[in-house]
Amino acid sequence: MKFAVAVFPGTNCDRETLHVLRDVFGQTADPVWHEDTDLAAYDCVVLPGGFAHGDHLRAGAIARFSPIMRAVERFARGDRLVWGICNGFQVLLEAGLLPGAMLPNAGRAFVCSWVYCRVESATTPFTARITPGQVLRLPIAHGEGRYYAPPETLRSIERRGQVALRYCLLDGRIADAANPNGALANVAGLCNEGGNVFALMPHPERASEPELASQDGRALFESLLAAAGERPLLSPPTRDAIVGAHGVRPSSQEWARRAPLQPIMRDPTA
Amino acid sequence: MTIPATQPAVRSPHPSLSDAEYGTICERLGRQPNVVELGMLAAMWSEHCGYKNSRALLKRLPTEGPRVVQGPGENAGAVDIDDGLLVVLKMESHNHPSAVEPFQGAATGVGGILRDIFTMGARPIALLDSLRFGPLDADRTRYLFGGVVAGIAHYGNCIGVPTVGGEVFFDPSYAENPLVNAMCVGLARHDELTRARASAPGDAVLVVGAATGRDGIHGATFASAELDDAREERRPAVQVGNPFLEKLLLEACLELLPTGSVRAMQDLGAAGLTSSSIEVAARGGRGMRIDVARVSRRETGMTPYDVMLSESQERMLLVLPPEAVEAVRAHFARWELHSDVVGEIADDGLIRVLDAGQEVACLPVPLLTDEVPAYVREGKATPPPAPPTLPTEPNDLGATLLRLLGSPNICSREPIFRRYDHTVQANTMIEPGFGAAVVRIRGTSKALALTTDCNPRYCAADPRRGAEIAVAEAARNLACRGAEPIAVTDCLNFGNPERPEAYWQLSESIDGLATACRALGVPIVSGNVSLYNETNGLAIAPTPIVGMVGLLEDRARVVGSGFRAESDIVLLLGRIGAELGCSEYLALSGAANLGPPPALDLDFERAVQDVCRTAACQGLLASAHDCSEGGLAVALAECCIAGGVGFEGNPEALASMRDADLTLHAPDDNVRQARPPNPPELGGVGGASPRHAAPTLGMDLARMDALLFGESQSRIVVSCRPDHLAHLEALTTEHAVTLHRLGQVGGDRFRWGDSLDLSLKEVAHAWRDGLS
Repeated sequence: MKFAVAVFPGTNCDRETLHVLRDVFGQTADPVWHEDTDLAAYDCVVLPGGFAHGDHLRAGAIARFSPIMRAVERFARGDRLVWGICNGFQVLLEAGLLPGAMLPNAGRAFVCSWVYCRVESATTPFTARITPGQVLRLPIAHGEGRYYAPPETLRSIERRGQVALRYCLLDGRIADAANPNGALANVAGLCNEGGNVFALMPHPERASEPELASQDGRALFESLLAAAGERPLLSPPTRDAIVGAHGVRPSSQEWARRAPLQPIMRDPTA
Repeated sequence: MTIPATQPAVRSPHPSLSDAEYGTICERLGRQPNVVELGMLAAMWSEHCGYKNSRALLKRLPTEGPRVVQGPGENAGAVDIDDGLLVVLKMESHNHPSAVEPFQGAATGVGGILRDIFTMGARPIALLDSLRFGPLDADRTRYLFGGVVAGIAHYGNCIGVPTVGGEVFFDPSYAENPLVNAMCVGLARHDELTRARASAPGDAVLVVGAATGRDGIHGATFASAELDDAREERRPAVQVGNPFLEKLLLEACLELLPTGSVRAMQDLGAAGLTSSSIEVAARGGRGMRIDVARVSRRETGMTPYDVMLSESQERMLLVLPPEAVEAVRAHFARWELHSDVVGEIADDGLIRVLDAGQEVACLPVPLLTDEVPAYVREGKATPPPAPPTLPTEPNDLGATLLRLLGSPNICSREPIFRRYDHTVQANTMIEPGFGAAVVRIRGTSKALALTTDCNPRYCAADPRRGAEIAVAEAARNLACRGAEPIAVTDCLNFGNPERPEAYWQLSESIDGLATACRALGVPIVSGNVSLYNETNGLAIAPTPIVGMVGLLEDRARVVGSGFRAESDIVLLLGRIGAELGCSEYLALSGAANLGPPPALDLDFERAVQDVCRTAACQGLLASAHDCSEGGLAVALAECCIAGGVGFEGNPEALASMRDADLTLHAPDDNVRQARPPNPPELGGVGGASPRHAAPTLGMDLARMDALLFGESQSRIVVSCRPDHLAHLEALTTEHAVTLHRLGQVGGDRFRWGDSLDLSLKEVAHAWRDGLS
């Protein structure tokens, strides 16, 4: 697949997103400056994490007016794939490409930690190939991740299966204790009616390699690529070369999912 | 009337210049400086910019080594890690601003250290923060602590550089004068390292980034004087940060530098335009002309004095050939950054400040750099502390351990680092929480282990040994990850050097750093000095923070702190220790006298670290965690918490410790001090050989609390698979390092003989809630 990774002033997760798409999954991926408006050459546009335009006023409130967003909107209406991660999620909400809004975290503070997310629906290609109910261990890092939508909107997105990911406990149960930011109905990921626009607050690109604390993020990339008929690079699992986050022992399924390190020789500072 | 002869010829009109200093200046100029010149001189002659009191002492530090590409003197130090890559590192203090306005003080501290790194052409890959506050239960501490953490989060999170480590320590001496030391580590391609290259007369001088306002005026002189109750009035001396602007500046500069169109780049930090222009002119051996009228202002009515001394953040000074100006300005415009051509390079060795063509200041560059006086003062040694007063042995050791785990100096730091984005850039292999963090270097098989360390309690009791231990512990934390220490950046936080006691502490600490760095073969490539950390005459404990970077050649071998698998064998690598001096345990027990810090034998320390590193690289270790605050029991408990699994200690291990023959392996200070220092080129020193010596002072093996909570050095708790034990034992024998079998991993309890039996839940609980 050919990915466009949108870069706004203040975007700060573009490099690792490009890295994972290119080096982990062997796809074509280009950074695209927020003033460019031609996305014709791409299959999927990714709005990565960061602080677009400093998140001044409100996260994503200014980014939605960047020239590239007109192209993203056309892209989305044309049933092409749009993927928002963290700040990208906030931008898509501000742009009205996804329903609802983001509020400051319930704790009123930035939170960086590991969460469990349950895959809720197969409405979007980003989760289509994941068994509903599967629990993913992913990192979050945001200050405005408290999803909100008016009751009728919530009812309709629930009915249409647009809630793709929910914060949950290790065993998959949905509970307040598992909700890191006070998000309504524990919403962690959402797609539009057509399923072609998908966004989540957690960072799958930070959890897609064996040498990092989790590689559950792979599931989303692999689902997307599989749905698009692509063959992602996959390496056999092994128990070597493992370190858990804060040294926390990975669950047995995680052991099984981990794969050995394959150093990729390319410009490290790029 | 006649002037009495005793009266000095000239009186200094500036509080931070002595009459004698002012006299020298007038002599050199052949006239009295005007108000603009006076402000520039006071800033450049301040401790913060001129290192008046520390320069002579700093010469004692080892700054060379086979990997060193850039030592002290530039914006940051740089060491070679092969693969055409350099690691660039620097630590800097922002103590005084944080004492007055904790949020902006800490935020701009982070901003400043980031600029030091990308000014060198390096991309920042990690931040660490070393914090010191007064007792946690004090309201002022809560206010400062909250503000500082929020400020660091505000800046670091937005800029997208992971904050992966650091430490925080609470001690009454910091109640009024907190410490905020920020460290940044960057990565640069060898061929793209930027230094201030000799520029040609006629080259254009650009100021890029934020417009200049009145914030931060006098920051440099403010940082070089004691604080007092009037500190609130110093708020104007605190800068205000804009991380978004800095992110644009970072990307724009890193994109521009490889094009080679920039001759020199310097960030505007302390003393703003004054110090940056003078440093660039000095490095190039040139002079400079600056017209303040061409500097974009944030507010109206600013005088040349304001513009030259403003410390407005997110500004860069660039020197480039005239023909490159248009292209470079266009480049910054694309990044939505404003730039002004404010002057040009001259060859007269003068810094001349104009205001719309009108000359308002003219000073010889050397007078503001090389000719800044360097004072060597008389230090006054404080007597060594008497042996500690020991409390009666607690009958419930379990309860004592829980109290220790919950103490603010030992408990979980999660409430702090969950506020920092520590996974951005997707390179963090080991996150903050236990010992050194590890970030991988994409495109290679390498990773870097990062840590900062310093126990101010040790330093207060014995500045020299305290500093040695800070270096040893930092290197030990890296060894636990399997990393080889390759470079140190230090931040020396002390009281008023004009007081003989404080000056002695500074001198002793520097000697301690030098000795330990030589013994462990790691050079100091950059650093920062923060003196005058006193409020109303009360000085902080001497605090030489050591930031250290370690290299893992094969990151697949990295070792974590947490126990891994049931029935793994738990061992103590190093000597049995039972020194209670300066321990957290004693401090908590409210002992009147904490005594001397634990002894340190650098030869043995090095041997222990070599074994740990070698074992890690050979894949023999399941986990490794060093014994520091709280001693052996706390280290074991932390391994359990980190691994989420219990510990089953052998009762006989405890017994054997009590009747261990110390004379076989006790450190011997005499021998250590008699040993000539290693050659400065820091060639490898072989593993230690066992030496016979008298038992160390303060060793009290008869006491269970001393065995469990004593903070003896050179000890690492490791665990390994049973089938690796023989190999590990062979390795330790080969290096003449002792290895004691303590027990095994398993279950959901922390159990050791009859003395300790706790559920993992209560252990973790006590540790988690310490800061809340």
